[in-house]
Amino acid sequence: MVIVKAVAVTGGIGAICGLLLALAAKLFHIDVDQRITDVRNALPGANCGACGYAGCDAMAEAIAAGRAPVDGCPVANYQAHAKIADIMGTSAEEGEKKVAHVLCRGNDCLASKKHEYHGVRDCKAAAAVQGGDKSCDKGCLGYGNCVRVCDFDAIDIIDGIAVIDKEKCTACGKCIEECPKAVIEFVPYKNNVIVGCNNRDFGKAVKDVCKIGCIACKICEKNCPYDAIHVTNNLAKVDYDKCTHCMICVEKCPTKVIEGDLSIKDKAV
Amino acid sequence: MELVSLFITSFIVNNIIFMQFLGTCPFLGVSKKIDTAAGMGIAVIFVITLASVITYIIHYAILVNLELEYLQTIVFILIIAALVQFVEMFLKKSAPGLYQALGIFLPLITTNCAVLGVAINNIIYEYNFVESLVYSVGISAGFLLAIVLFAGVRDKVDYADLPESLKGSAISLITAGLMSVAFLGFSGLQL
Repeated sequence: MVIVKAVAVTGGIGAICGLLLALAAKLFHIDVDQRITDVRNALPGANCGACGYAGCDAMAEAIAAGRAPVDGCPVANYQAHAKIADIMGTSAEEGEKKVAHVLCRGNDCLASKKHEYHGVRDCKAAAAVQGGDKSCDKGCLGYGNCVRVCDFDAIDIIDGIAVIDKEKCTACGKCIEECPKAVIEFVPYKNNVIVGCNNRDFGKAVKDVCKIGCIACKICEKNCPYDAIHVTNNLAKVDYDKCTHCMICVEKCPTKVIEGDLSIKDKAV
Repeated sequence: MELVSLFITSFIVNNIIFMQFLGTCPFLGVSKKIDTAAGMGIAVIFVITLASVITYIIHYAILVNLELEYLQTIVFILIIAALVQFVEMFLKKSAPGLYQALGIFLPLITTNCAVLGVAINNIIYEYNFVESLVYSVGISAGFLLAIVLFAGVRDKVDYADLPESLKGSAISLITAGLMSVAFLGFSGLQL
């Protein structure tokens, strides 16, 4: 009998509380914008904060309110952006996606070293000793500080230089901040032709320290049919807006410092 | 006069955070900014006062009459949980800014042991209705006082030059401990 009483009282109080809460939920009901929920579901849910908002929830609200662009999430891929744009009723124009890129190709075989470094395996520590062990004082030291700060596992050290996997890169910019040599830069995702050198010394000085440095010979500049590559301060730079991937500069470059996949060469030109 | 004395005692002398060490989870969690800390404190005052009134009535009207005092804990928790849900809905409607700021810590008031502690203390100390009301307002005002003071200190500590290993929760816990020691000075205060 006692147990029945106990169950009845607890159950009764629970039921009354539940009923009152249900009533209150009706009374205090707020219409949540359905789009917020939909956009939130389309976002990756990494809560990384790379968009500048506190998390994916805050980002979803900002997108639904029109405060943030539909492709504002740097982690989401193109399909997700298209889906969000679809929810918001606008067309997804693919914003220029950027990725980080290491502007150095001087790996252990190609770039010479001015001294042996046996200290802590850390770029900042290595750079503190006469600017690093590489003879080229602009090049990638390859002790992997960028690898350690990358949250997306997008960077590897290959033959002593950092290489960024552009499929994994989300352009969060942490490696760019971390690199003591400032050798990492944002480049457009869709661009393949990149001058992989950061050294602004004269040709001879570059040639002495690295077999794959830009010697500022201007052959690329003279050969480019689209006026898309220029040598300034002894370093060639591709104008990413004008480049059509004709790959002429990649073929002509005497030191092969211009990166470019010859297999995707624009056949129409 | 007795009520004033009861209020001061529960407010400062037996401060819920610094002297009884109840409700330290929101105390540490929501004390990063003074505004949110004050918001949390006010929400806790609201919940504790309402909870102790309702639990008081339920206890004497139902549990004592039916000789079911041993159900106290489970019934009180049930009521507190429902109340917190209610407060959450209310805040979402009327103060969305505060709702956003409190975030996850709002539902966590349910597990704030201070709320249950006050409800049970009211019964243990055999307070009458008015006394229990004054006691719960005093205790929850003490919570507000503690969390706002603590948030103010943390604000300053944020800009202090600390050793790397002490940054974050470590220095917060030390700060809380020192403040608790300071509050010991009130013990034995007679009104």
